[in-house]
Amino acid sequence: MAQEYKLILKHIDEPDYTRDIECYLRHGGYDSLKKALAFPARTLPDGKTQSPQEQLRQEVMTSGLRGRGGAGFSCGLKWSFVDRKSGKPVYLICNADESEPGTFKDRQIMHKDPHQLIEGMIISCYANDVKLAYIYIRGEMVDGAKILAQALKEARAKNFLGKNILGTGYDLEIHVHRGAGAYICGEETGLIESLEGKRPYPRIKPPYFPAVLGLWMCPTIVNNVETLCNVKHIVALGGAEFAKLGTPNNTGTRIVSLSGHVQNPGYYEIEVGKATLGELINDPQFGGGLRRGRKLKAIIPGGSSSKILKAGEKFKLKKKDSEGREILVETDMLDLPYDFDSLAQAGTMSGSSAIIVMDDSVDIVAALANLSEFYAHESCGQCTPCREGSLWMNKALHRLTHGEGRSQDADYLVKIADNIPGGRTICAFGEACSWPVQSFVAKFKDEFIAKGAADEARRAKEGAAPAETKKLAAAHH
Amino acid sequence: MSFTATKELEAEVDELITHYPVKRAASLMVLHAIQEKFGWISSEAVQWTAKKLELQPINVFEILTFYPMLRQQPMGKYQIKVCRTLSCALGGAYELHKHFCDKLGLDAHKHGAQTTKDGKFTVEFVECLASCGTAPVIMCNDAFYEDVSHEEADEILRGANAMVARHGFEP
Repeated sequence: MAQEYKLILKHIDEPDYTRDIECYLRHGGYDSLKKALAFPARTLPDGKTQSPQEQLRQEVMTSGLRGRGGAGFSCGLKWSFVDRKSGKPVYLICNADESEPGTFKDRQIMHKDPHQLIEGMIISCYANDVKLAYIYIRGEMVDGAKILAQALKEARAKNFLGKNILGTGYDLEIHVHRGAGAYICGEETGLIESLEGKRPYPRIKPPYFPAVLGLWMCPTIVNNVETLCNVKHIVALGGAEFAKLGTPNNTGTRIVSLSGHVQNPGYYEIEVGKATLGELINDPQFGGGLRRGRKLKAIIPGGSSSKILKAGEKFKLKKKDSEGREILVETDMLDLPYDFDSLAQAGTMSGSSAIIVMDDSVDIVAALANLSEFYAHESCGQCTPCREGSLWMNKALHRLTHGEGRSQDADYLVKIADNIPGGRTICAFGEACSWPVQSFVAKFKDEFIAKGAADEARRAKEGAAPAETKKLAAAHH
Repeated sequence: MSFTATKELEAEVDELITHYPVKRAASLMVLHAIQEKFGWISSEAVQWTAKKLELQPINVFEILTFYPMLRQQPMGKYQIKVCRTLSCALGGAYELHKHFCDKLGLDAHKHGAQTTKDGKFTVEFVECLASCGTAPVIMCNDAFYEDVSHEEADEILRGANAMVARHGFEP
């Protein structure tokens, strides 16, 4: 049976655990940093020497850690892309702009255990020769920003930060930088623009890969809060030991944010792939099942941008049989292991590991309208397909949920959604706003058509130009 | 109310500028600092910020107009932000928003932020506040509230009214 496995959340909800540095130190805090700083240079069998920093980066590579922000990209690989020969300073930014609807894991870490993040950051900075780093925290987390600033002050006072850290000759400064309520700042190049004091318009890649041309056109690493915390545990356990957690290619733990129609919404840390979607929703130690008398309708498995899964959907998952041959096994959506690769095989993603559960009381058209309004509001407006498309989809969904729908709206929505992503926009927001529309409509098409048809029938009965249409048109101007 | 930078603000901004190798990067933090003290960012404040950071006013203004948290006009003394995105909507955010509006004599169906005539309260919907497991959530100024019932909403309004009664406020 699936179990919680608390690596990052180990102490967070213990009754006597506080967020000050003394408590953190009592729980072995900053021991991993000391361990990392003590790594000696090593001579490899081929006679080459490997610096302590290279060894640390090697450990992260060995650990198989994949980014916890949404894309699930290998952290070690991301670090390996950093241009170290340019002679320019390397910057590191912690992406704490947690704003993917459904996600609330980084909030827990920053508010309840800020030093864990800071320790992970210092190690990551040391491993990449970073002298100046930022925590980009979303503007609404006012308390979080204060807590982090206080924690940084405490760390500075103990010489874990600042000049000549613990006598090693290594200097590092970390500052808190606040966003101001824009979702697009979670996109790493948008975040960089925002930090530079500009509108957060994402940059086009190539050439603006942050590892080469990032903050102030210098090599820059942008990592999620949870990813950076994991680096601390990789140093503590060793990369190879860390890689034993979770499942192959999906190593370590993940904090799952569970919300919507379950008995116990909340955050649960599991070994990646060691619990299924069904267990996370129904098991008493996790979601505890749906509300009484309700049936499951659908799940958004990885933050609002991920494609929806419909109750009862079946997928063919690749598995190895007893003789090691690859076979396809039919798997119910509830039996999907919660990891990067299984959800990708089911045509969706584990994204920011945020599960939104919807029971049969949900009007699926209204749910999509809600998300569409979010994306229409948050599109930065730089690329035409996304700026216009997200608004058109929102308008169509608005009329579908306000008695003004048409039966062809389902096809109309998909037509727009199909024309936004796929290289037509600078950043992945184009994908993020289209995937919900494409998947909701594909999987619940009858409900979209029925709603539009019912509105048409009602309007036909009322006469050609109902007052409602005029009112609605007026509201749009 | 015209904008005059206090010594305190000058000092705070000078400190913020030291955090960055390029002054312009301090823009957002400086605007936050101004808004914290004045409640909104006037065009005088934009001019002052631009001068301070060696920028053109347009560089500051284009930020001000982009980010939803930054205000170009005075808002209510107490700003209630109700999260409207999916998890909170499933948890009753729309009903909660309507409850606030009804209590304060505002129109729940009107688009955008609305302020009461006396300038005490602003109510608006905002996008995901990243606490979906404790839906519905709201912010009242900087304070964050989770699992907000209608009774608690009334309590928040009562608390704010009591503060205003005790200390008064300038609309």
